[in-house]
Amino acid sequence: MKKPLLALIGLIFVGFLIDLSFDAFIQLTLIYVLINMILAMSLNLVSGFTGQFSLGHAGFMAAGAYASAFLSTIFPMNPGPMQFVYFLFYAIAGGAVAGLAGYLVGLPTLRLRGDYLAIVTLGFGEIIRVILLNTKTVGGARGMYGITGPTDFTLGSWTISKFLIGYAHAIFWVVACFVVIWRIIRSHHGRAFLSVREDEIAAEAMGIHTTQTKVRAFVLSSFFAGVAGSIFAHYANYLNPASFSFNRSVDAVIMVVLGGMGSLSGSLMAATIITILPEALRPLQEITGVDLRMVIYSLALILLMILRPKGLMGTKEVNEFWRKYVRKTS
Amino acid sequence: MSAKLLEAKSITMQFGGLKAVDSLSFHINQGELVGLIGPNGAGKTTVFNMLTSVYKPTSGEVIFLSEPTVSLKPYQVARKGMTRTFQNIRLFKDLTVLENVLIGGTKDISYGFFSSILQTSKYFQQEKALKEKAIELLAIFGLEKKAHAPASALPYGEQRKLEIIRALATQPKLICLDEPAAGMNHQETHQLMETIAKIRKDFRLTVLLIEHDMKLVMGICERIIVLDHGVKIEEGSPQVIQSSPKVIEAYLGAEDIH
Amino acid sequence: MQDFIQHLINGISLGSIYALIALGYTMVFGILQLINFAHSDVYMIGAFAAYYAARTLGIDKNPGVSTLVILLIAAMAACSLLGFTIERLAYRPLRKAPKLNILITAIGVSLFLQYSGQVVFGADPKVFPAVLEDSVLFTLLGVEFKSLDLAVLFVTLVMMVLLHLLIYHTKLGRAMRAVSTNMNVAAMMGVNTDRIISFTFVVGSALAGVGSVLVGMKYPKIDPLMGMMIGLKAFVAAVLGGIGNIAGAVLGALIMGLSEEMVVGYLSSTYRDALAFGILIVILIFRPAGLLGKGGVEKV
Repeated sequence: MKKPLLALIGLIFVGFLIDLSFDAFIQLTLIYVLINMILAMSLNLVSGFTGQFSLGHAGFMAAGAYASAFLSTIFPMNPGPMQFVYFLFYAIAGGAVAGLAGYLVGLPTLRLRGDYLAIVTLGFGEIIRVILLNTKTVGGARGMYGITGPTDFTLGSWTISKFLIGYAHAIFWVVACFVVIWRIIRSHHGRAFLSVREDEIAAEAMGIHTTQTKVRAFVLSSFFAGVAGSIFAHYANYLNPASFSFNRSVDAVIMVVLGGMGSLSGSLMAATIITILPEALRPLQEITGVDLRMVIYSLALILLMILRPKGLMGTKEVNEFWRKYVRKTS
Repeated sequence: MSAKLLEAKSITMQFGGLKAVDSLSFHINQGELVGLIGPNGAGKTTVFNMLTSVYKPTSGEVIFLSEPTVSLKPYQVARKGMTRTFQNIRLFKDLTVLENVLIGGTKDISYGFFSSILQTSKYFQQEKALKEKAIELLAIFGLEKKAHAPASALPYGEQRKLEIIRALATQPKLICLDEPAAGMNHQETHQLMETIAKIRKDFRLTVLLIEHDMKLVMGICERIIVLDHGVKIEEGSPQVIQSSPKVIEAYLGAEDIH
Repeated sequence: MQDFIQHLINGISLGSIYALIALGYTMVFGILQLINFAHSDVYMIGAFAAYYAARTLGIDKNPGVSTLVILLIAAMAACSLLGFTIERLAYRPLRKAPKLNILITAIGVSLFLQYSGQVVFGADPKVFPAVLEDSVLFTLLGVEFKSLDLAVLFVTLVMMVLLHLLIYHTKLGRAMRAVSTNMNVAAMMGVNTDRIISFTFVVGSALAGVGSVLVGMKYPKIDPLMGMMIGLKAFVAAVLGGIGNIAGAVLGALIMGLSEEMVVGYLSSTYRDALAFGILIVILIFRPAGLLGKGGVEKV
C-alpha cells in the first residue's frame, strides 16, 4: 500500500504548488482533467480491458452526480476541516448508486454483443437523462442549483483554499481508480476480464463465468463514473441533465480510444489532451471568428482511427515503453 | 470394469432443416483414450460443442460424472472437469503465453476481489503458486522459455500445444482435443501424440480425441467411434475399425485414406 | 374515434418518414454490419441542400408540385454525393479494421458534419421554404385528409416501390443482395463489392434526402442538429424490424411512428423521446434479432 500512498501525498503537494501559482480558470480546468481521467479509466475497464463497447457512460456519471448532490441536501456538509470526509462520503454514495444502475443495466444487456450493446447502453444513457429531465425534485430541465462545494477554511495560521480541498478529493479518486484497476488487471479476476475481451467462447471453456465477469466490470466501471459525477457536482455547484448528453459519452469513448484500449496511462494522457485541447484552441476562434474547435476535434478523431487505430499507447503502459528504452540503451 | 465418466444419450443437433448430429449415443470410461473420427463435415466438432454445452442439443442427454449437463453453461461444465481445445485455435491472442495458461487456474484461486486490490499475502501466495504451476505445465511442452511472448507470436504448432496446456490448467478429468495435430507435419504429429499419451498417464486423464486423419489415431486410441453425416456408423478397437467395410466406404466416398 | 383515426393518419405519415431514413441504416448494416452514425447528418445536409436550392432558384415562396419535385431532386443529389464521399474517404480505408474502429469513425463523421453544419449554416434554426399548400383535400367520416400528409404518403410509397424494383428486379439489386449475404463469396463470383457498397450508400443517402424534404415540408424548421433525434428513432425502427432486413425497417418505422403518435396523443409528450429507447431496450432484451430478423448461431 506504500507506493500509492506516496504518490497521493506527492500529488497533493503538487496541488499545493498549483494553488499558489495559477488562477481559478486553470484550476477549474485541472479539476475537469482529473474528473475526465476517472471517467476515461473507468470506461477503459469496460471497453478496453473487457471488450464491451458502451456508449452510455454519461448516464452513470449523471446517476452518481445527482445522487451525490441530492444526498448533500439531506446530510449537509460541515464547512470545517471535516469537509474532505463529507465529500468522500458523497462520492462513495454517488458511486454506489451509479454502480447499482450499472448492475441493473448490465445484467440484462451484457448478453448482447458489439454494436447492439453499444446501442442499448446509448439508450439507457438517454433514458437516465430523460428521467432526470422529468424529475422535479432535482430541478428537472432547469437543473439543480447551489450544490454544496468545498469552501476555504483556516487551520491556525494556515488557510486551506477550496481549490485544494476539491483537488485533494479529486486526486484521491484518480489514484484510487488507477490503483484499483491496475491491480485487478494483475489478478485472476482481471485476467477474466481480459479473457472475455479476447474470446468469450474460449473463456467459458476455461471455466470463466463470462456474464458475471462482464457485469462485475460494468458495475465497477459505473461506480467510478458515479464518483466522477459526484466530484463534478460538488465542484461545479450546478447540475443540468444537458451536461450528461450523448456527447459526453462520446467524449469518454474518444478518450479511451485515443489513449489506447487497455492502457490506463494512455487514458490519463488522453483525458488531459481532450480536456485541454478545446481550451488551447480558443485563440483560433478569436482569429477566425467562428468556433472551429469541434470541427477540428471530430476530424482529428476520424484521422486517428484511420492512421493510428490503436491510439497513442495501444494496450501498453508507459512503464513498458520505459523498460524497453532502458534495455536498449544499457 | 471401469466406471462411465461420460455418457451421451441419443444427442441430436438440428440447424434449420439439417441434422448435423442425429441421435448419437456413446460413452467414455474413466481413463480411456477414445478417438472420434469421420470425414470432413461428419459432425465431430458439433458433438464437442454439445458435450461442452456451447450448443444445447435439440434433443438427448449428456451425463458427465453421473449428472446431466445439458442445462449447464459452458463454464459450469468446464469447472466440473470437462475441457476442450478448438479446431480453429481460440487462444487469447493479445495476451502472453503465460497469461493464457493462468486464466485456466480458476480452481487454484480463492482470493477475492478486495484481496487483489489490497494485494494481501493470500493474493501473493496464490499468484506465486499458480505461476509456478503454469510454468511447469509449459515446460512439459517445452514452451517455458516463451512464457512472456504474446500468444499470437507463436508458430502454428506451438499455438496448438498452448491450447492443450491451457486446457490442462483447468485441472480437467476429461479433455476433448479437436484435431490437435491439424497443420502439423509428420514428425511434429508423432511427437504430439506421444506427449498426449504421456500427459494422459501423468495427469490420469481421460481423453476424447477428434481427428479426421485415421492413421493418426490408430496408434494411440483404445477405442474409436466413427461418425459420418451425423450418424455413428462404427465403434470398436482400431483393428475392428480398420477392417470395417462401412468405414472404408465412408472415407472412400468422401476422400482418400491418408 | 375521429381523434383516433386522425392520430392513425399522423402516425402513418410520421412512420413513413422514419421508414425512409431507417432504410439507409438497415441497408448499410446489411452490407457492412456497420451502424452508420453519420446517416442522420446526411439527412440534415439534405434538408439544407433543399433549403439553399429553393433560395437560389427563387422558388422558396412558390409552393407547388414542381417545387416539391425540384427540392426532392436537389436533396437526393446532395445526399447521394455526400454518402458516396463518406464511404469512400472515411469507411473504405477501414474495411479490414476492427468493427469498433469503424463505429468510432462513423461517430467522428457524424460529429464532423454536425459541427461543420453549425459553422457553415449557423446554429440557429432556419425556416424551410413552403413546399406545398397545406389544405384539406377532402373530409371522410369527419376526418380531414390534408395535402401534406397525403403527399408524404404518396412520395414514400413511390420510393418504396422503386426500391423494391431496384433490389428484386435488377442485376444491381441482385448483386447487392449477394454482397449482403456473403461478401467474400460475392467477390469470388465476380461482383465488384466496392462498387456495390458505394452504390448502397448512394441509394440509402438518397432516401434520407427524400425524408429530409418531407420532414422540412411538415415541420418547417431546420438546424444542424436536427438529424440526431430522428436518426436515433429511425435507427431504433430498423433494429425493431430486424436490422439488415428491408421490409423489417418499414414495419419497424410504422410501429414507431404510430406508437409515438399515440403516446403523444393519449399520454404525454414529455416521454416521447424515451419511448423510442424503451422500445429498443425491450426488443433487444427479448428478441435481439428484431421482429423479422433471423438470429444467427456463432460458429465455433
